[in-house]
Amino acid sequence: MSAVIDPKQGQLAIEERPAAVGVQLSASLAIALKAIRTNSVRSFLTMLGIIIGIGAAIVSVSISQGAGQQLQEQIQAFGTHVLQVRPGSSFFGGRRQGAGTARPLTDRDVEAIAELSDQVEAVSGRIQSNVTLVAGGRNWPTQVQGVGPDFAITQSREVIEGRNFSEGEARSGATVALVGQTVVNELFDGIDPIGTRIRINRTPVTIIGVLEEKGANNFGQDQDDVIWMPLEAVRSRISRGAGSVPDNAGTITIKVWDDLDVLDVQAEIEDLLRLRRNLRPGAEDDFAVFNFAEFIRARNETQALLGFLLAAFSATSLVVGGIGIMNIMLVSVTERTREIGLRRAVGARRRDVLTQFLVEATVLGLIGGIIGMLAGVGGTYLASHLGEFPVLISPWTLAGAVGIAVFIAVFFGYYPARRASRLDPIEALRFE
Amino acid sequence: MDMATEQALVDCVGLSKDYIMGDNVIHALREVHVSIQRGEFVAIMGPSGSGKSTFMNLVGALDTPTAGTLKIAGQDIGRMSSDALARLRNETLGFVFQQFMLLAKTDAIDNVKLPLMYTRMDAAEKDRRARAALERVGLGQRMDHRPSQLSGGQQQRVAIARALVNQPQMILADEPTGALDTVTAAEIMALLEDLNDEGVTIVLVTHEEEIAEHARRIIRFRDGRIIEDSRREAQAA
Repeated sequence: MSAVIDPKQGQLAIEERPAAVGVQLSASLAIALKAIRTNSVRSFLTMLGIIIGIGAAIVSVSISQGAGQQLQEQIQAFGTHVLQVRPGSSFFGGRRQGAGTARPLTDRDVEAIAELSDQVEAVSGRIQSNVTLVAGGRNWPTQVQGVGPDFAITQSREVIEGRNFSEGEARSGATVALVGQTVVNELFDGIDPIGTRIRINRTPVTIIGVLEEKGANNFGQDQDDVIWMPLEAVRSRISRGAGSVPDNAGTITIKVWDDLDVLDVQAEIEDLLRLRRNLRPGAEDDFAVFNFAEFIRARNETQALLGFLLAAFSATSLVVGGIGIMNIMLVSVTERTREIGLRRAVGARRRDVLTQFLVEATVLGLIGGIIGMLAGVGGTYLASHLGEFPVLISPWTLAGAVGIAVFIAVFFGYYPARRASRLDPIEALRFE
Repeated sequence: MDMATEQALVDCVGLSKDYIMGDNVIHALREVHVSIQRGEFVAIMGPSGSGKSTFMNLVGALDTPTAGTLKIAGQDIGRMSSDALARLRNETLGFVFQQFMLLAKTDAIDNVKLPLMYTRMDAAEKDRRARAALERVGLGQRMDHRPSQLSGGQQQRVAIARALVNQPQMILADEPTGALDTVTAAEIMALLEDLNDEGVTIVLVTHEEEIAEHARRIIRFRDGRIIEDSRREAQAA
């Protein structure tokens, strides 16, 4: 209760007056928006660090998440239960021997692995050779892959038109072929090529099937730009004399039964091959077995590194942006010293002044964060387009980025706001 | 008799204020005893360094005494927290400054509403009060004008409306006519006299005798002490 003058009666009246409880947030918000609008160019420059930092953060997170999602998709596409065996020392870490020095894998190795039928669903050797296909008057350079009939199973790939080649054709090295959709498009204008004869290095080859479309793999290779033939046909007719042994199977791809632990099977196959290659205990493998999940993970490390570099850049930029906000808030406090003094004189508490400047910092951070978010989304699409890598922009990334912008602004705005709230009202009012 | 009328609005007992400037202690106020009753119109005079500004800062609850007591509306400001002092300034006092101290780029009505920002009150009530205060100082037609669109006298009227808006018991005016020409200054003084006639206590700092003559009581300071305290006429009962 306080005594006040009733102007009409010219005498004292007693009136209930509610306590002053501080500035409503909406009023602080209005002041902050006005202050920012008054110095719009300066405010924008102040926000630039935040904008760049948040933009880079969104791009980096979107790239990492895209990479992670692609990893999952590829593992799903390739199957986590696919193993590959190559001659030569371990692909990861180990000392690599010269390519020619390693003993090749042979058809007999393929057969030995196929005998582990309770563990192995399908197995196939694979050699490849760059060739030019000739059909009618047209040429198409592509890669021919010499494989076994079960190769399609290891690749989870169907023959959608025509048929796969048989065991008999595989053994005899029949000059029959399966082609991918790109080859169909380039050589036959997309028209059904089943039964057509083409030439590969003067060898006539009959197309008996078309492979399911797969699109590009994660190295950007078009998986539909392929032609598959029986391994023996490639060895004896296409790339004759290229292998060091007549039954060279190249690399071996193995599909492990889905209900088994792929690492157990991998160990079993390693034991089998060591035995077959007469390696003494303690001797280093002269072949390498690895599973696709690991392989893809290694490939994705490049993208992860890019994401990390961007994240570091973004963090730096955010700190610089925060310091920028602190700097401009200090300028703003100095410029408005008399205003602060006036507000204190008419009843603002220290915490009201603190709130006002914190709200101003928050608004700077929020606007900067939102502009940065838009820039980040644009930048992400641009990076994805130019760099041709997959990205994933999640709403959580965007919300988190704006949240971080506000946090940075409040963190760095606290010192100037506190300084404003600690000003002595008398000196502030006298400030010139 | 009501307690409120019995008690002096401003009551100083042995009021002292020292400032420390480097190695020196400056005795800005030395054991001042004075009281101001409700409804008074007091002019504070004195050369610079006499202690009048220090006295005004204390009476304005912007500063606290080094020694002695100062009660404003019965509240001992030496014993109050920073928040309580802010509330006292908000609810009990109104300030008018020589340089008007209006917020630029803010129209008259929003300038007047400034003290209400620190009061819990619904927006319609704030608006009603701000309009009433502007009408009271004769600027009912200029509510949406910005300070730059107003003359000096009009700006000071806006500042007076701001001082009035929270229905204070006392208005503290620090050289309110110092930046105005004599004609406009006379108008502002007439407005303050009207407000005083309506019951608002007014304490005014000035160095001009003609301005001080509008007051009913003149307190002169020198060297931190009151050297003269004279009443011009019988106080309105």
